[in-house]
Amino acid sequence: MRHLLGIEGWRRDELEAVLDRARAHLPGGPDVTHTLRGKVVANLFFEDSTRTRTSFHMAARGLGAGVLNWSPSGSSTSKGETLLDTARNIEATGPVAIVMRHRSSGAPHLVAKHVRCAVINAGDGTHEHPSQALLDAFTLRQHWGGLDGRTVLIVGDILHSRVARSNLWCLKALGARVVFCGPPTLVPPGLESLGAEVTHNLDAVLPHADAVMCLRLQMERMGEAFLPSTKEYSRLFGLTPAREERMKAGALVMHPGPINRGLELAPSVADGPRSVILEQVSNGVAVRRAILEVCAS
Amino acid sequence: MNSTVLFRRGRVIDPRNGVDGVRDVLVRDGKVAEVSDAPLPVPPGAEVVEAEGRWVLPGFIDLHVHLREPGEEGKETVLTGCRAAVAGGFTAVVAMPNTKVVNDSGLVTELVLSRARAAGLCHVYPAGAITKGLKGEELAETGELVSSGCVAITDDGRPVMNAALMRRALQYATLFGVPVMVHEEDLTLSAGGAMHEGVTSTRLGLRGIPASAEVAMVARDLVLLEETKGRLHIAHVSCEGSVRLIREAKRRGLLVTAEATPHHVILDDRAVGDYDTHAKMAPPLRADRDVEALRDALVDGTVDAIATDHAPHGVLDKQVEFEKGINGIVGLETALGLTLELVHSGLLGANRAVELLTHGPAKAFGLPGGHLAPGAPADITVVDPSEEWTVDAHRFYSRSRNTPFHGRKQKGRVVQTWVSGRKVFSDGQVKESR
Repeated sequence: MRHLLGIEGWRRDELEAVLDRARAHLPGGPDVTHTLRGKVVANLFFEDSTRTRTSFHMAARGLGAGVLNWSPSGSSTSKGETLLDTARNIEATGPVAIVMRHRSSGAPHLVAKHVRCAVINAGDGTHEHPSQALLDAFTLRQHWGGLDGRTVLIVGDILHSRVARSNLWCLKALGARVVFCGPPTLVPPGLESLGAEVTHNLDAVLPHADAVMCLRLQMERMGEAFLPSTKEYSRLFGLTPAREERMKAGALVMHPGPINRGLELAPSVADGPRSVILEQVSNGVAVRRAILEVCAS
Repeated sequence: MNSTVLFRRGRVIDPRNGVDGVRDVLVRDGKVAEVSDAPLPVPPGAEVVEAEGRWVLPGFIDLHVHLREPGEEGKETVLTGCRAAVAGGFTAVVAMPNTKVVNDSGLVTELVLSRARAAGLCHVYPAGAITKGLKGEELAETGELVSSGCVAITDDGRPVMNAALMRRALQYATLFGVPVMVHEEDLTLSAGGAMHEGVTSTRLGLRGIPASAEVAMVARDLVLLEETKGRLHIAHVSCEGSVRLIREAKRRGLLVTAEATPHHVILDDRAVGDYDTHAKMAPPLRADRDVEALRDALVDGTVDAIATDHAPHGVLDKQVEFEKGINGIVGLETALGLTLELVHSGLLGANRAVELLTHGPAKAFGLPGGHLAPGAPADITVVDPSEEWTVDAHRFYSRSRNTPFHGRKQKGRVVQTWVSGRKVFSDGQVKESR
């Protein structure tokens, strides 16, 4: 049993073991294996999610496990039950793993200190989203073989992005160079000392990237004065068709979803030949099967 | 009870009176009677404290303590807070007014004082609110608060965001000669923040509180201080930028004093570790360069006092998501050990360390005590500077256990505390008079 609270701290060989294992779960492999037969995986999603929740659900079913789906609406959370009480009660039903998403950074760490089953972080606040980073790396490996020496450019609201943080650790550990690009108000301090490069000039760095990952821009950031308008953001940091033309030959376009079409990413680029966005989604199930196997069995 | 006590052959460190050496201290009728180089004869009937190898110090004074009464007696009461104080070597504490019935009136001040008299352990000096209900809207009646026994006014826990109101508070308080104690935090800059803004907040994905949230307010209030010729005390200084501004203001002769907590000079923001809510406080633990600046400020006198900001909270206040965790830690029973860490590592002289716990705070607030000249109150703390021990939060006298220092090894411990010539703590036991 092992928790997956974040990618930070995982070694290259450990990450590669998960990614190698995920390959066996790709379509064409066995539809259902029996690694977790008779076991239950609890999905605790305190925050809305379509992709991740469905993906973990399918992954658990694909390993033969039952899935307990829990959400805060209609639960005792609305009656003021604490996070720890909820988690302990779910644990008491006997799952081998709790897959949880929560709006507070560090919430899965708190739960992990108080339960005996594996805790898998499916996104905590603005901290990490480890399974997303693993499926991103998996997708890149499918295209490139390995990540060594490749440059991945991550564009957008880095400050509030758990995808950005998990990808930093994951891509770095696998040998890639990570460059962050966004407006100064949405880039947190100290990223350089964590091993990333930072720029605010998308056009200067774009031609050097082997893959560009656009992050979702959340609309409430306008109200908090991080940005003046979506229009200006799009002009400065959106991946437009004109910008796409200046990308390297063969360079890939990624997005963790959901997309604001026409804002951070032009529809023609999202659906164009460079885009691997839907591959990311379908790889998600295989990668999450591997994560469940490594953590819960 | 003996009214005469002789402390024999201890190392007396009394920074105000320039004493640091082996002395005998004779106490009579609650006051220091004599401090002598040569051994004194034992007066008939006197209690003798053999203090060889120990430090005999003026009782410690803590300018910043939350006793939680009235209103949150589940966290602390005046009695349990006084127990924790004397166990930590403190003979006087200043009680913050942000209780659940705010101390913004003489009535509440008198309640706290009567609880303190009933506890009969150490001196309790209430601080009154600057504004009614700590709302930052109207001035509380400073005159009534002071005549009831308040020694300072503060909205601690909250800043006074309205600059005009702050300016008038400084002006008005000059009528009574009490310092205006401020919690410096620009709420528009700290909004939503859970820890210091820096590499660690970036790593952990927690909204950061930039240093400017404190420094900008320190700058504002020093400007107001200069205009008003008032008296300002800056609570729990945490940033390099604040240190620089206070140092400069002192050099120019403004009446400003400042305190630092042991935790802000011992820990930096990395102590948050894996979202440990015991490392969550306001102001937050800052970067290592801030810690260094604070240490320098302790040495050069920019900071006048070590104050604990003793902030008791229940388990449920801390066993939650980091963002939801309540700010603050208890400090009375760990202050000496942490301060001595700086002495053992050579960063702070023993003399200066003692001054920061005694004469420094006494002078900042104009309180009695803090030294051992004949005639001074016999508030005395005896310390074994070499005893090694481990912090055990379960054995605190405080009603709360919220500390990041549980399990930390310490060298140097309080062995006795005397208040007005009465032994109130000895060999690990609080001695209540009843």
